[in-house]
Amino acid sequence: MNGVSGVYCPDLDHLQLKPGFMAKKNQETGHTAVGQTNGTAPASAYDSIDHLIDLAPIEDNDHRELGLSDEAVCDMYRNMMLQRRFEERAAQAYGRQRIGGFLHLYNGQEAISAAVRHVLRIGEDQVITAYRDHGLGLALGMTPNGCMAELFGRIDGYSRGKGGSMHFFDKKNGMCGGHGIVGGQIPLGAGIAFGLKYKGTDNVCLAFMGDGAAQQGAVHEAANLAGLYDLPVVFIVENNIYGMGTAVDRSSATLELYKRGEAYGMHCGLINGMDVLQVYKQLKQHVEWARKGEPSFVEIRTYRYRGHSMSDPQKYRTKEEMENRQNQDPIIRLKLYLENKGLATPEEIDAWDEEINQVALESVNFAENSPFPPVETMWEDVYVQQDYPFIN
Amino acid sequence: MAVLQLREALRAAMWEEMERDPNVFLIGEEVAEYNGAYKVSQGMLDHFGAKRVIDSPISEAGFSGLGVGAAMMGLRPIIEFMTWNFSMVAADQILSNAARIRYMSGGQYSIPIVFRGPNGSAGQLGATHSNSFEFFYANVPGLKVVSISNPDDAKGLLKSAIRDEDPVLFMESEVMYGMKGEVSDHPDYLIPIGKARVGREGKHVTIVTWNKAYWTVMAAAEELAKMGYEAEVIDLRTIRPMDIPTVLQSVRKTNRCVVVDESNPLASIASEVAYRIQAEGFDHLDAPVLRVTNKDVPAPYAKNLIELWVPTVDEIVKACKAVMYAN
Repeated sequence: MNGVSGVYCPDLDHLQLKPGFMAKKNQETGHTAVGQTNGTAPASAYDSIDHLIDLAPIEDNDHRELGLSDEAVCDMYRNMMLQRRFEERAAQAYGRQRIGGFLHLYNGQEAISAAVRHVLRIGEDQVITAYRDHGLGLALGMTPNGCMAELFGRIDGYSRGKGGSMHFFDKKNGMCGGHGIVGGQIPLGAGIAFGLKYKGTDNVCLAFMGDGAAQQGAVHEAANLAGLYDLPVVFIVENNIYGMGTAVDRSSATLELYKRGEAYGMHCGLINGMDVLQVYKQLKQHVEWARKGEPSFVEIRTYRYRGHSMSDPQKYRTKEEMENRQNQDPIIRLKLYLENKGLATPEEIDAWDEEINQVALESVNFAENSPFPPVETMWEDVYVQQDYPFIN
Repeated sequence: MAVLQLREALRAAMWEEMERDPNVFLIGEEVAEYNGAYKVSQGMLDHFGAKRVIDSPISEAGFSGLGVGAAMMGLRPIIEFMTWNFSMVAADQILSNAARIRYMSGGQYSIPIVFRGPNGSAGQLGATHSNSFEFFYANVPGLKVVSISNPDDAKGLLKSAIRDEDPVLFMESEVMYGMKGEVSDHPDYLIPIGKARVGREGKHVTIVTWNKAYWTVMAAAEELAKMGYEAEVIDLRTIRPMDIPTVLQSVRKTNRCVVVDESNPLASIASEVAYRIQAEGFDHLDAPVLRVTNKDVPAPYAKNLIELWVPTVDEIVKACKAVMYAN
């Protein structure tokens, strides 16, 4: 315990910044640090390109000690693989122009959603996120068919073709969206938690945002309300280092995003997002606090392998940087864990992979065969009122 | 029937609905301990307790979004803005979330929420505290917009708004909170959202208006009566959905119309009413539809200027005489 009395904030100062970050920052801004005068500024903001920040520690976790069954860990693997394969098929379909608009892929971040799947009481606890929402949707139990149909803009999609990639909603499983205005979903997360508390439950809300959204004013307001009203919410920054093409060290005055929780009297957490068991272990603690009305502000350091959206040339990062993170791929990590612990043989895992590949393929077939929404549905779901007099 | 101030009528509506449904709660700046910036919520904290009458920080985006999220969980929030001018920093929560979540989710979620507070000018409040926002929010499908002119409508429409399954934006006026009027005390006194009211019958000219401009119009109608012209005054009461059939029915009788709108002229509600009349009642018009609006500048502070910034009795009389081709 440190910081605000009674509130947990990890002491991770030794990895708070990537080496030389402050020196570089001071060089860029021309500020003088610790009595030194720095030389010339870099030629461009992209020049030195190493935007990787230190990941948080991964412990030598054993799933049984974390309270996870063998089957649960196998399920985590399969669910991560489903997310990966589903999105690969979605990207292909986008290339064939079956999917329109924006498509933001979650590849690389799946350990977070797969851990959420096992930390929460699905159907009672609630999740809200921004537009990179496929992974969390599939983790909460949304079906690949319904999700793909939504991406295709078909009537069998979860929102009957009215939402699209950015707006996955599934009330039954507590998926509260899928929101497109960066940071605008975070006050809703506080409100969802308020509603859960008001009704006397001990259910919680996980409110996700990216490192870009963490700079939005709405996040500050929501976090203050959550701290003020003791709301059962965990605010989670999925720090994949880039808000579109702007690295977090170019958008945030400080790099320890998790420490912002201290300002609101919350527990703080920093989690390595490349290891599903580590995410599970730490997130579970924050969820338990939330069930007691103690909110948290958590930063999960992760990485997205794809561009911000499908049209992103990704000139803001290097192949070497990508390889660095892909070498820590959460799916491969868990696969090795399963094999080392004897939970599954390579042959069994191959069989799962093939089965999941078929499920992803089938979702494309399902979406292809689902009808476009009938024109009259354009006027539906605007109001509950059935006879609302629209202007023609 | 009881004679109530408009603020008391609003309070009665909230009070009765909170007694009726435990999922209704009130949140906003100064609504609890302070008993309301305009004393609308006076006594409600003592009666309903801090769980349901909640002081918020000065954080409109935060507590508006909180209300929308709570509505997603099945609660029925009443969000009080100290003035609708302050809603602008929460506009994303109202437009992107309250109005659109139902549609984006394919009907999975409904958002039964009321945002309410005073709207429009109230004397020398300067450029940022004097604006009307019916035009801004009424443009957005998914919202309903109510703007009231008297205590009875305040109660009957606010009760309907709280029971409505869709988001309702409810606009009052600082200068009307003390206005007294007869108010029904029936526990289910519900005035339907989307129905205009004929405030005064007449045969020579129709005047369409709402909110406190209604009283300026009524004063103008008295002046016109002295000249021998009987104006029919339509109080829209609801801006979205708009009761154009009632307006057209009057125009078919008078063949002339003036719209009085306390907001800036471009792309205003007055523009919309005039459009709808010409589109659907062209053959019944004997003169172009005219409008009287705020002057097309920010609200000035000086007393003489602000009094001329809003629609005045003289301007309304003049516009009515113009459409009647009267000298």
